[in-house]
Amino acid sequence: MSILTTHQLSIGYSKNRKTVPVQTSLDLELKAGELVCLIGPNGSGKSTLLRTMGGLQQSIAGLVSIDGQDIASFTHLERAMQIALVLTERVEVENATVYQIVALGRHPHNNWWGSMDEDSDGLVRKALKMVHLEHKIDSPLNELSDGERQRAMIAKALAQDTPIILLDEPTAHLDLPNRVEIMLLLHKLAHETQKSILLSTHELDLALQAADRIWLMSVDQGVVCGVPEDLVFNGSFNRAFQSKAFVFNAANGNFSMNYPMSKSVSVFGDKTRMYWTLRALARAGFSVEQDAGVIIEVTEKDWRMQAESYQSIEDLLAALNLKY
Amino acid sequence: MNQNQENTIKKFSFNARFWKFSTLSVLCLMLFLVDLAWGSISISMKEILNVFFGNRGSEINTEILLNFRLPKAITAILAGASLSVAGLLMQTLFRNSLADPYLLGISSGASLGVALMMMASTILPISLVCSGWSLIVSAIVGASVVLLLVVAVSFKVNNAVSLLIVGLMFGTIAGSLVGVLQIFSTPDTVKLFVMWTFGSLSAVTWKYMQVLLPVVLFGLGLAFYLQKKLDGLLLGENYARGLGISIVNTRFFIVLATGVLAGGVTAFTGPIAFVGVAIPHIARGLFRTAIHKILLPACVLLGATLLLLCDIITQIPTYTLPINTISALFGAPIIIWIVLKRR
Repeated sequence: MSILTTHQLSIGYSKNRKTVPVQTSLDLELKAGELVCLIGPNGSGKSTLLRTMGGLQQSIAGLVSIDGQDIASFTHLERAMQIALVLTERVEVENATVYQIVALGRHPHNNWWGSMDEDSDGLVRKALKMVHLEHKIDSPLNELSDGERQRAMIAKALAQDTPIILLDEPTAHLDLPNRVEIMLLLHKLAHETQKSILLSTHELDLALQAADRIWLMSVDQGVVCGVPEDLVFNGSFNRAFQSKAFVFNAANGNFSMNYPMSKSVSVFGDKTRMYWTLRALARAGFSVEQDAGVIIEVTEKDWRMQAESYQSIEDLLAALNLKY
Repeated sequence: MNQNQENTIKKFSFNARFWKFSTLSVLCLMLFLVDLAWGSISISMKEILNVFFGNRGSEINTEILLNFRLPKAITAILAGASLSVAGLLMQTLFRNSLADPYLLGISSGASLGVALMMMASTILPISLVCSGWSLIVSAIVGASVVLLLVVAVSFKVNNAVSLLIVGLMFGTIAGSLVGVLQIFSTPDTVKLFVMWTFGSLSAVTWKYMQVLLPVVLFGLGLAFYLQKKLDGLLLGENYARGLGISIVNTRFFIVLATGVLAGGVTAFTGPIAFVGVAIPHIARGLFRTAIHKILLPACVLLGATLLLLCDIITQIPTYTLPINTISALFGAPIIIWIVLKRR
């Protein structure tokens, strides 16, 4: 079942009374219970798409609909019942506790006074538990780390209790453990709560692992959608991130740098150590060929080259550089 | 943490809040009575109570109490509450703890209105100019015109900081026009105008109170009506939109409430600076919260208390000091403290 769809959607911004389209004619669909990662180079329009879907800015043409209903026809409140947002802007509120901030997520649901009944209170506490922040419930927001603050904003979106959550770069400015944790959390949430979760990110490897589906955005080729592995196989990644300096390595889902390689060696031996040896050789400018003049054997303990044994890659590279 | 402990903590914070509000209310009431008793002629508490309960005391003291000190004390309460709440509204709207009604150019607008009226006094019949009402009307008109300009810009400018700068510029323009007008004024007019800018709570007689009171109550009511939306705005405009808050509407009502509160009070008492910046800070620090259903009544009570205190201090024997100078002595150090705290 798809919840949120776009039909011939064109997005962009207006500058000096002219509209500058960033992406045109997008037909996308977001399904329930799926984590979708929106990736693409800077300037391809990731934030603009999220902001347009979230109703923060207007589309240039086409429409965004939820369950077949155009969101432009929604009132502010109706939209807030459907879509919760987590944005990149840093939230600074003096003297507010984590609970108070997360409780703001209940605003579309509660009355004028903003009173929290037992259900609302329960939802806020549950949301905080889901993001593992229940021990900070009464801490001031200013005292949280960046990762905790981001989790608090995700908890706010969860407390809003909407079928759709849109997150703009939720893992930016976080360290690796926090990035992984937030991705895992969002993946789990999508599957356990049947919410549709769409997030934009620059973390390609994390997105490839966690996303059920990827929306790959490129500057001039629109958006390609698919299961991550399919996009790897059909070369979409390479097309989206075209560059002379690096290449998308389909073998490990990373970007590899294109080093200028003028010298060649041939290498064989232990599998694990081989991977790292090749990396070091590539960086030093050695391409690996079948019948090169110099042969390196990688064993479990050392590296052998022309009957000499080297105990570290540093030694090996030093010896190689002497030869050439 | 188990449920019991949580409940205890909740109860404790509720109780602490209750006691703070009670203490403030009692303090405010006490200062109100002191303000009535204190002055160039001191009136005893017994006499004050006598007058209130219908037993007439000495003719002259009753007159001073009912027709001078009572409206002045009530004005202090209304002005303190209004300026503080207006300051809180601005700080939330601009998400800037140094924002206040003066930054929107409201008081400069009022000054311009008053200056224009006083300039006109050379042309208009003297009876009209000296009625006092013309002073008030011109100040309100001046404040409202600047405010309407800011409101109009708020529909165009999507960004709170830009709006703040536009407000500052409007204020600067109004202030400069006042400066130009003063050059062309007679010394008497300038003196009259300078006296008004010092601010005075005693300008409000019962007749003016009939206007001031409903204006202030309307503004405060509007602010309380907005409390939930103000909470949402704490997260910033985009997050607030995501919570289903209409930014354009909310911003309009916040500006309207601020204009009515700050413009109205300024018209009657002259500009009273720094209350709008200082009190919301004290309220946040004292109640350790950012939630407006607590901060709004806290600002009302704290603002009233501070202005009563300022008024008592101005009534030192033999001289009467302008209230603006006393409020600045309280407020300016608080602003310095805020800046230092932010590094």
